[in-house]
Amino acid sequence: MKVTMRVNGGERTGDVEPRVLLADFLRTNLALTGTHIGCDTTSCGACTVLLDGEPVKSCTLLAVQVDGRDITTVEGLAQGGALSPVQVGFHEEHGLQCGFCTPGMMLVGTALLEQNPDPTEEQIRWAISGNICRCTGYMNIVKAIQHAANVKQAAASAPSPAAVAAGGGE
Amino acid sequence: MSATMHMHGGIGESIKRKEDARFLRGKGNYIDDLTLPSMLHMAILRSPHAHARIKSVDTSAAGSMPGVIAVVTGELMAQHKLAWMPTLSYDTQAVLATDKVRFQGQEVAAVIAETKYQAEDARDAIVVDYEILPAVTSPEGAKAAGAPLIRDEKEGQKDNHIYHWESGDKAKTQAAFANAAKVVRLHTFYPRCHPAPLETCGCVADVNPATGKATIYMTSQAPHAIRTVFALVTGLPEQNIRVISPDIGGGFGNKVPVYPGYVVATAASLLIGRPVKWIEDRSENLISTGFARDYHMTGDLAVDANGKMTALRVHLDSDNGAFFSDAQPSKFKAGLFHIVTGSYDIPTAHITADGYYTNKAPGGVAYRCSFRVTEASYLIERLVTNAALELGLDQAEFRMNNFVKPEQFPYTSATGWIYDSGDYPKAMNVALEKLGYDELRKDVEARRKKGEVTGIGIASFTEVVGAGHGADFDILGLRMFDSAELRVHPTGKALLRMGTKSQGQGHETTFAQIVAEELGIPASDVAVEEGDTDTAPYGLGTYASRSTPVAGAATAMVSRKLRDKARMIAAHLLEAADEDLEWERGKFYVKGSPDRAKTIQEIAFAAYTNLPEGMEAGLEGVHYYDPPNMTYPFGTYAVVVDVDKGTGQVKVRRMVAVDDCGVRINPMIVEGQIHGGLTEGFGIAFMELITFDSEGNCIGSNFMDYLLPTAWETPKFEIGETVTPSPHHPLGAKGVGESATVGSPAAYVNAVIDALSPYGITNIDMPVTSDKVWAALRSKGVTE
Repeated sequence: MKVTMRVNGGERTGDVEPRVLLADFLRTNLALTGTHIGCDTTSCGACTVLLDGEPVKSCTLLAVQVDGRDITTVEGLAQGGALSPVQVGFHEEHGLQCGFCTPGMMLVGTALLEQNPDPTEEQIRWAISGNICRCTGYMNIVKAIQHAANVKQAAASAPSPAAVAAGGGE
Repeated sequence: MSATMHMHGGIGESIKRKEDARFLRGKGNYIDDLTLPSMLHMAILRSPHAHARIKSVDTSAAGSMPGVIAVVTGELMAQHKLAWMPTLSYDTQAVLATDKVRFQGQEVAAVIAETKYQAEDARDAIVVDYEILPAVTSPEGAKAAGAPLIRDEKEGQKDNHIYHWESGDKAKTQAAFANAAKVVRLHTFYPRCHPAPLETCGCVADVNPATGKATIYMTSQAPHAIRTVFALVTGLPEQNIRVISPDIGGGFGNKVPVYPGYVVATAASLLIGRPVKWIEDRSENLISTGFARDYHMTGDLAVDANGKMTALRVHLDSDNGAFFSDAQPSKFKAGLFHIVTGSYDIPTAHITADGYYTNKAPGGVAYRCSFRVTEASYLIERLVTNAALELGLDQAEFRMNNFVKPEQFPYTSATGWIYDSGDYPKAMNVALEKLGYDELRKDVEARRKKGEVTGIGIASFTEVVGAGHGADFDILGLRMFDSAELRVHPTGKALLRMGTKSQGQGHETTFAQIVAEELGIPASDVAVEEGDTDTAPYGLGTYASRSTPVAGAATAMVSRKLRDKARMIAAHLLEAADEDLEWERGKFYVKGSPDRAKTIQEIAFAAYTNLPEGMEAGLEGVHYYDPPNMTYPFGTYAVVVDVDKGTGQVKVRRMVAVDDCGVRINPMIVEGQIHGGLTEGFGIAFMELITFDSEGNCIGSNFMDYLLPTAWETPKFEIGETVTPSPHHPLGAKGVGESATVGSPAAYVNAVIDALSPYGITNIDMPVTSDKVWAALRSKGVTE
């Protein structure tokens, strides 16, 4: 079957068997290997991607189910070579060790901050509770997402260059 | 100027990790990310039965399915003398079953096809006719009269007993027990659990039909040792085998052994002449690869009238599964369990262990510990708390009164270990202070009066890591040294290669920091490579917290070798005598004239352009480090729990962890290791369990049954430290990767037992789940 989807901002197509998992399509057909497979049973979250901005586990979706939809993978987080606030947070707060869960964790964190720019620790822990990390013990992942929230808020409250040129801020 | 611009990245600096750059962008290179031209995919057919005779294997339907290139059976492997392979514990293990299957999940056949989906389709079309045999699922069952003989193919094997092993002094211990004022017994089962790294095991085997060179990309924590084992198993010349460990998505011991899948994929690539990829799914990982623990332990602690421990006696029954394939120093059948006297000055001890075959998966890997040290630490720490409770003593005070004292180091334990350094009271005091122990103890009493069920647990562990001195520690004869090779390029940048292999521990950062400290080249200028046996020097790999104690020491030593040569080059450049130069990190200068100096970068350039007469060019070297002793990290962990009487649910209110791992190279990374270990310890204490029904069906074969802690359950940790350097390690470091998993399970469980002690409950085997706590309380008549 033919499938067409937007992946990280660009249109991608493929010809797949109906049974092909989205995770396999991304990894094999599109060579986006940053999406990892850890359990095959929707338990670990290593395969998390954003579907129209919402975190989903791509090992439990068929590629054909997302025909016409919008997908963001870890490869789509950095913009123009610059790391996203969540990526910066994971680096600064030592939020990753082996790196295998990291793409899924960062995508969940990204979606959370879109919906809730200033989450509490409890809200962060709940948001990432569908994703397993075996290395970090989560404390630094929580800090990483808090770090990202602070970076985003600082960026949002800083006067934009245009506003400065016009002689005022918000 | 920002603070980071001053940072040299030497020892003690929490510099950010170099390896993050690729992982943050989804550009890691894990085994399943690798695709080679014309690569095929392999799927393994596994036994649904725990014990059965194979009557026939029919591959005819599978062989003719779309995309199928080959179906490999045990019979085919036997024709190439590869149906069986040696284990790391001097036993044999079936690669593909020929006669019987001996555990559920055992490898029976494999399909090699163009795609993964095709391989799995055809695997499901293989028809095996089994004659089901009764299954043995415990040591008790294994030694029962009339128990089925599991290893009937082994010549001379008349029963299911594998080994008997002893340590310590039996007569002296017996005498001490005869004179004891009090003997406290604890029988506890440390259940089977699994390291369950988030990335499963796998390989891509690529045997070049023209050259015969076998390149095997493999999730291996020990690529060099695996290469040698492969050479021995397959008969291929070792120079024609190249093992490459790519980025590894967590190991925790799971990725030390050689698994049948690696061997079959390599044989298939050899036979077919194309690369073959094999990646486990999660169930395969949990049911067939290296499990941990499965130890039935009985400990007796003798205490005199003054509350002094006088003797320790332990017996172990070890459930080793169908093949004795424990990954451990080959001389030690029960690993390093004889560290079981722990942090206490116990004059005599006697330990006996018996290993048994059962119809369960083989393995016996050290799940984030140094070869059965976790079991030992758990037993002694549980026993000490139980003894304190039974004697009516405070568990902190009882420990303090029996610790090996700081002035006793180096200390020889009753089982012969020579502890390098320690200050146990200090770590205990830091932990108690952080916890506010005295106040908390009063608070516990007050809460109990109100009917609450609450308690405090303590564990003061001592580990033995960093294997090891080669004279005593080897794997199949390979001495457990490790290595570092350092090349300084003309522009003063460097490449460091080691015989270890990071699985998330941050070696690319930490080991660059050692070079930065010793040679003055900024850590950001030092590239670190591991895992390719064609390029890295030989080493025994990363497990048992040995990378920093052994390869880290090798890195320091090779840096010092290069510094000695750099001194001679600097003397030549400065027209001074060698002995007139002083070293300051990053440069040599003439004594008394600090402006007459040459930086390490200038010296490196001269090593290729302007050498003293007769000196060999270049600035590079290699060092093989065989440590004089093990290292002995220690610490005190303290946990506060609240138990819900109605549901049996345990809530960890606080977790304080004070670690002493000697000198910390990158404190940020060290704390990350501790966080991770405390979380895995929490999972082991409360959640993780692989068990079997009476027919040998594995329960715990996926992440819906094998429960791992998420961010929701995992407690927050309060971290503290003391620093007692190792006297024999060149940097004073001891290794830290596993301390928290070794020390924390007993702390968590001791807290629960302390909470339940007013009701006369002295033991609940891990995992301490709500239903077990609820049942224990109900058995004592406690209701909501």
